[in-house]
Amino acid sequence: MTLTAPLPEEVEAEAPPPRGVAEEVRGGGWFVRITILVIVALWLIPTVGVLVTSFRPEAVVNETGWWTAIGHVFDSGQWTLQNYRDALDTGGFENAFLNSLAVTIPATVMPITIAAFAAYAFSWMEFRGRYVMFVAVVGLLVVPLQMALIPILKLYSGGARLGGVPVFPDLELNGTFLGIWLAHTAFGLPLAVYLLRNFIGSLPSSIIESARVDGADHFTIFWRLVVPLSVPALAAFAIFQFLWVWNDLLVARIFLGATQENRVLTIALQTLAGARAQDWHLLTSAAFISMILPLAVFFGLQRYFIRGLTAGAVKG
Amino acid sequence: MTTTVEEPPAAPEPPEAPERPRTSSTLGLTIMRVVSAAAIPIVLFALLWLTFDFLRDADANRFALAGVAIVVGVGGVFLLFWGTNRVVDLLPDSIRGAVRPYVFVGPALVILAVFLVYPVISTIIISFGDREGEGFVGLDNYDFVFSDESMLRSIRNTLGWIVIVPLVATSIGLAFATLADRLRRGEAVAKSLIFMPMAISFVGATVTWTLIYSFRPEGFGTNIGLLNGIKSGLGLSPTAWLQETPWNNLLLMVIMIWIQTGFAMVVLSAAIKAIPDEIIEAARIDGASELQVFRRIIVPSIAPTIAVVVTYMVINAMKVFDIVFVIGNAETNETEVIAERMIEWFFISNHDGRGAAIAVVLFLAVIPVMVWNVRRFREQEALR
Repeated sequence: MTLTAPLPEEVEAEAPPPRGVAEEVRGGGWFVRITILVIVALWLIPTVGVLVTSFRPEAVVNETGWWTAIGHVFDSGQWTLQNYRDALDTGGFENAFLNSLAVTIPATVMPITIAAFAAYAFSWMEFRGRYVMFVAVVGLLVVPLQMALIPILKLYSGGARLGGVPVFPDLELNGTFLGIWLAHTAFGLPLAVYLLRNFIGSLPSSIIESARVDGADHFTIFWRLVVPLSVPALAAFAIFQFLWVWNDLLVARIFLGATQENRVLTIALQTLAGARAQDWHLLTSAAFISMILPLAVFFGLQRYFIRGLTAGAVKG
Repeated sequence: MTTTVEEPPAAPEPPEAPERPRTSSTLGLTIMRVVSAAAIPIVLFALLWLTFDFLRDADANRFALAGVAIVVGVGGVFLLFWGTNRVVDLLPDSIRGAVRPYVFVGPALVILAVFLVYPVISTIIISFGDREGEGFVGLDNYDFVFSDESMLRSIRNTLGWIVIVPLVATSIGLAFATLADRLRRGEAVAKSLIFMPMAISFVGATVTWTLIYSFRPEGFGTNIGLLNGIKSGLGLSPTAWLQETPWNNLLLMVIMIWIQTGFAMVVLSAAIKAIPDEIIEAARIDGASELQVFRRIIVPSIAPTIAVVVTYMVINAMKVFDIVFVIGNAETNETEVIAERMIEWFFISNHDGRGAAIAVVLFLAVIPVMVWNVRRFREQEALR
């Protein structure tokens, strides 16, 4: 409370302001609550529709809209788990789920590790060109990955030559997990380095200084001091990257392919939506299988995610 | 609320006296720097490739594969850094300090150079090439980009996306953030629910909304889509929403707005809470109405944040691909967008030159933002 804020008695002594919409807004009254409720309801309806439909038998789904289920909540003929069974088994979604895990986890942990070292160097080590290199990283933040797809694909399938001399060996990485891990690592690095460098650079220099005075070298400072302190930033980026890779369609399509063996959840869902566009009982359960893990991660680790988003975007 | 990240203070001068190079051949130094920068990515890659190759032959299951990748990806990477760092320790005092930073920062730079910098240059070159991306056809591909009917439509549509989506998403996000700020209870839950669609993939969101838009002609079954359900309830005949050109574009944009509003809301909410209470209270005492407080105080105070949010969303809207691709039939439905056209030409029609040209056009559109980002960054650094 500052000196300019009036004491409660003084406010009441003045003529009370009209209780119009404006005052309701300020006081968090009915207008605020109703508007918020309406917007939240609108936002939830799509997901609720999918969820409800995924538990209804095929025949029922095709005959009535999902909203009619509201009147028959306790009618056991309305509900079934068969759709999920079908999606996981014959739909191949169990395999796709494992593929998604196999792609996403390495593609999250590799860029974080590499970026953490680089961010430390950009913050606390002296070397020539440090500033210019980081400016380059900032510039790379917005390069659309469409710019990188064609050449990387060519690299993967044929290697690179410079005037007839092979500079990059032909490794046939197309359609391999290694290929997609590397691609995702590279695409995630600019943002990782940028976020982590902002955070690590803002650690109090006194801590680093006293460690150096105590004779610690850079590696020890990094590993024993900086990394434990950076856990919030590391967690925030890990969540970004996890969600981004798990939900990605384009990179997986191009580097891993759409074969039954290799495809990840997003591709499996997209293929299903194309091949069986009217089978909503299957589509919705498949969609939910693809959503359940990211939603769990999101709800469980929301705090870190939000903190990561707002740090760096908000200039106080 | 203070931001969790302060501007980084100037890096301290480490006690470098024993490590500063006095006399050293610059060529030798450079070679050592390059080697230490490239060593880790190369060794890491070789390790992964060897183990992966072995696993592939052994027909191992996904878990073994992912397990190896995690062990090598984290443990291996860390060991490599540690190992290379130890090797640098063996170097003579005079050059140790000059080489060590490249161990730390090198791997990231090498990977970025191979996977981002080189491809950008290569794509530009390919855009002047033919179907296989070889040769030189001058500006033919660019000519195509700006004259083909489908391409022109995609440009028009993309412009629509980058104007409408950020505008609507930011407005709703701002309004919601301002209102939610006044809630006495339930603010966190409300914000959480709006933010939730951000966790869903674009594919999942598109499937979700395609259900809402679903259409069955009269006599071919009940309409189970929400919109047509409402129409039927009102006694009207159903519409094929996704085929109605050009309004179907707006319906697709709704999907992206649904996803991205949460982002705008969360960031703007943090910014609003960062405005000192005294300023707002003082304005109210001076008799300002809520609308005036909003327009004259809140919005200007968070203007930089609004700019960041809008920019981020413009870039995302420019790159939109998944939504249009999943719904499919972009040409018939006239819903093409630039990023989708690029994949269509490169991946499906196998015309490398055209695909590259479209990518370059997209890149050019994004460059102003890149420049602005770099400038903002340099301003912040100057304040340190």
